Amino acid sequence: MLIFEHSKAGRQGAPQAPKQASSLKAIPDALLRKKRAALPEVSEMQAVRHYTRLSQKNFSIDTQFYPLGSCTMKYNPRACNSLSMLPGFLGRHPLTPDEQSQGYLACMYELQDMLCEATGMAAFSLAPMAGAQGEFAGLAMIAAYHQANGDHARKEILVPDAAHGTNPATATMCGFTAREIKTLANGDVDLEALKEAIGPETAGLMLTNPSTLGVFERQIETIAKMIHQAGGLLYYDGANLNAILGKIRPGDMGFDVIHSNLHKTFSTPHGGGGPGSGAVGVAERLLPYLPVPMVIKEDDQYRLLTEKDRPESMGRLSAFMGNPGVLVRAYIYMRLLGREGMVRVAEFATLNANYMMAEAKKRGFELAIPDRRASHEFIITLKSEARDLHVTAMDFAKRLLDLGYHAPTTYFPLLVPECLLIEPTESEAREVLDGFMDAMQQIREEAKENPEFVQGAPYTLPVKRLDEVRAARQLDLAWKAAE
Amino acid sequence: MLQAIGVNSIDDLFEEIPANLRVDGLPGVPEGMTEMEVSRLMRSRASQNTNAICFMGAGAYEHHIPAAVWEITTRGEYYSAYTPYQAEASQGTLQLTYEYQSMMTALTAMDVSNASMYDGASSLAEAVLMSVRGNRKSKSRKILLPESVNPSYRRTTKTIVKGQNIELVPVAYDAASGQSSMDAFKAFSGEDITAVVIQQPNFFGTLEDVDAITDWAHENNILVIAVVNPLTLAVLKPPGEWGATGVDIACGDGQPLGAPLASGGPYYGLLCCTQALVRQMPGRIVGRTVDLDDKEGFVLTLQAREQHIRRSKATSNICTNQGLVVTASTIHMSIVGPQGLENTASACHANTNDLIKKLCAIDGVEQRFTGVGFHEAVLKLDADVADVLKALMNKNILGGYDLSSDYPELGNAMLVCATEMRTQDDISAYASALTEVMAAQTTKVAEAV
Amino acid sequence: MSEVPTELKYTKSHEWIRQEVDGTVTIGITDHAQELLGDLVFIELPEVGSDINAEDAVCVVESVKAASDVYMPISGEITEVNETLNDAPETINDSPFDDGWLIKVKPSAAVELEDLMDADAYQAEIKES
Repeated sequence: MLIFEHSKAGRQGAPQAPKQASSLKAIPDALLRKKRAALPEVSEMQAVRHYTRLSQKNFSIDTQFYPLGSCTMKYNPRACNSLSMLPGFLGRHPLTPDEQSQGYLACMYELQDMLCEATGMAAFSLAPMAGAQGEFAGLAMIAAYHQANGDHARKEILVPDAAHGTNPATATMCGFTAREIKTLANGDVDLEALKEAIGPETAGLMLTNPSTLGVFERQIETIAKMIHQAGGLLYYDGANLNAILGKIRPGDMGFDVIHSNLHKTFSTPHGGGGPGSGAVGVAERLLPYLPVPMVIKEDDQYRLLTEKDRPESMGRLSAFMGNPGVLVRAYIYMRLLGREGMVRVAEFATLNANYMMAEAKKRGFELAIPDRRASHEFIITLKSEARDLHVTAMDFAKRLLDLGYHAPTTYFPLLVPECLLIEPTESEAREVLDGFMDAMQQIREEAKENPEFVQGAPYTLPVKRLDEVRAARQLDLAWKAAE
Repeated sequence: MLQAIGVNSIDDLFEEIPANLRVDGLPGVPEGMTEMEVSRLMRSRASQNTNAICFMGAGAYEHHIPAAVWEITTRGEYYSAYTPYQAEASQGTLQLTYEYQSMMTALTAMDVSNASMYDGASSLAEAVLMSVRGNRKSKSRKILLPESVNPSYRRTTKTIVKGQNIELVPVAYDAASGQSSMDAFKAFSGEDITAVVIQQPNFFGTLEDVDAITDWAHENNILVIAVVNPLTLAVLKPPGEWGATGVDIACGDGQPLGAPLASGGPYYGLLCCTQALVRQMPGRIVGRTVDLDDKEGFVLTLQAREQHIRRSKATSNICTNQGLVVTASTIHMSIVGPQGLENTASACHANTNDLIKKLCAIDGVEQRFTGVGFHEAVLKLDADVADVLKALMNKNILGGYDLSSDYPELGNAMLVCATEMRTQDDISAYASALTEVMAAQTTKVAEAV
Repeated sequence: MSEVPTELKYTKSHEWIRQEVDGTVTIGITDHAQELLGDLVFIELPEVGSDINAEDAVCVVESVKAASDVYMPISGEITEVNETLNDAPETINDSPFDDGWLIKVKPSAAVELEDLMDADAYQAEIKES
């Protein structure tokens, strides 16, 4: 039932607004609304109950194992939430002068600093609102750099075929052409293909390392050398930074610019789709181009730098400075972890993934890249199950929901058929990992005995499989009041 | 576990990483803290931020938020869920988003809303990109972007559309009224222009003649992009009804509907459009459909526009949006209701009028523009505006936004705002503080002379 | 097994071309292509009167999980588009070679038609992939 269907004219949460409407007589009639907007009219309790009940129709980290590959669904410590919601943080207007904002700015400055330390970059800007905006900032800086060098022919961004869709989409948005580079069966970039693609048009290469295939790119030094020798720059997509915290840093691998998804590695909540943060870090040569605002420390005072202070900046990406509520949460998480905790994150995330991979192999599942170490995630391919039993990766995913597990990422990366990309994160105990693998095994047994049963899953959720074709053909995107 | 994997130590798991590149921990990061220690640190940091009475708007507004809003929003089931890609396990988020889209289309009187963009500024940038894809009659990629539009939004738009060969053409405002000048628009009549942006109320708080601008644009085959404050739409004419046919795209910041000031975010960008433009829309969209048993359910739809399918040809690179703030906003709108939003919006208007009246009674303070305002106004001072704001700050009053760097031609001018949160006492306190400050400033100036 | 009518010409990117008696050609996507895409939900058609070069994208066919460009097999002017697809994109799934045609084109260089594949060649092509 929709909230609108609970609506009765005249009902409202009366204590939640001024008691009467004030006069609008100063405003010309032509500029005023004629007919009241069809918003729900419900009591506060009706709204609370409706949205509490809706929440119960969600899977979440707090309620289920959520091994969604490339998304890093780790535990979100509650302290990060409650402390970021202290009145001193919530009540601060974004345009409050720096002198009266020293507590907030100190957190932001130290966050920039810790990100630099953790990634080996020279400087960080917290401005990007999400990973994709971080990518945008990164590529726009690469564009600005080539522009400043009078290097106008560099219009191509190289992207491995296993990359997130945001990579090529961002390249287009920045005015570049995305060119795909093949990946080898062992998960490494095809150096021959790369060599062929590199030329005077190369602006840069975007790379996720460990890659979306769940393995570390071993030839990274060679790749960095090839790109740099050709005059291009190297972009690090930080989606999988969780796997290598404190083990190896993108800056040391030769990357010129990186974004870090704070909502992945640094545990800010995913919130049903956002908000995120895609803080960007750069090596020395891209320093002038970082997006504004940034925080600096001068004579023990913190200060925001804007376009005026940084004329070469690639610009501003939002009205204020990114998603501060997310940034404060990431800051708290990093202070809780500290240097010792960060290393443990990478170690236990990697341990959990490799353990699950070993268990998967033991239980007879086919691994997409069998003879490699997993990073913090790995891929099972169900192509033989799909061929022999007609039970696909999607069917497995839906049946997992019945068994109380959120499904892993399905059908990504695109080059592995019938794949499940599994990322357990460091948060989970061994029993949970075993339980998940038991469930996978159970589903395969079910598929052998009764494939239709698995094809019809899920059975225990609020709805069964939904008609996506109908949704796209007969668009119903908003409830409309009856005329 | 190590045994199951067949290694001796955790370190063995990292053997594929070139040894010469590895680091031994992160000595530059401080040591970890207990939750108690972090709590102490954060409380102390929070206390170093001001708690001054806020008369600042300029794109972020202090409004009452019912206690229930964030209490429900931060339930783990909303807070710690991912993007609803597994629809059957995400009906909560999906239905809520559908309800949000319904509320936004109701408020704006537009056909379609997406599930949110990052904020108002980036939403405007995406609206501009949409208009370039959507206006097939125009080849110029020229956008009229009035100077009365929030300067921060204009800068963000410039950053984001930079690589796309789009020209942002400024349009002057009328120096007396503070409205975008109709004559300035008419200078472009007959030219190939892709879209025009109208902010209502504009950055100065002044109401634009939205009907006339919309009709002029459509007569000239120009798409219209409205930038709106959704709270004001409880009482102001919705963009879907501007002019004869309504605008083509409406965007804005959803912050006034349930998001705390919080240093600038997370807020969310609202983005709505006509049915004709739905496939040019960036970002996620939820649709209502049925399941195998013909039972109502909700899914992400029109995904073929998006980066994970369309890759380099996607409408935008956006992936993560501002879902949790949309959750708060949807609950906020439900609890406050249409009557509550009307009362709130009109109270902001009344309080601001009251504030202007009291402040303009002070020597050396006058209203800069003659145009009718909504809940913000520009005041011109006979004193250095930065000094005045600093002096007010010392009296624990966040007095407004200094316009001198964005609009030097306005001289010593500031933008003030009084939402429904400001009491008569707050407004009187501001008036007496400003009286003292202006008197002191005038004395200072007199002494200097 | 997908249907491949013998009287049509084909491209590697799965368009089919039928030469009409009035000198125009009708263009659509093959049975094989609609099978790969699955249930179609939206077809973006070009504007009548536009001139489009061979190998340029001319339409977009969209299913729930994919969107694919349709390329011009030959250069020419669009003389007609199949308006029924606006409301019934599934027509392509049901009848890819007849009711599900996409566009009619007046070729600007008829010689280009000679470079297209015949049914046998196309049959071999899809068998390979």
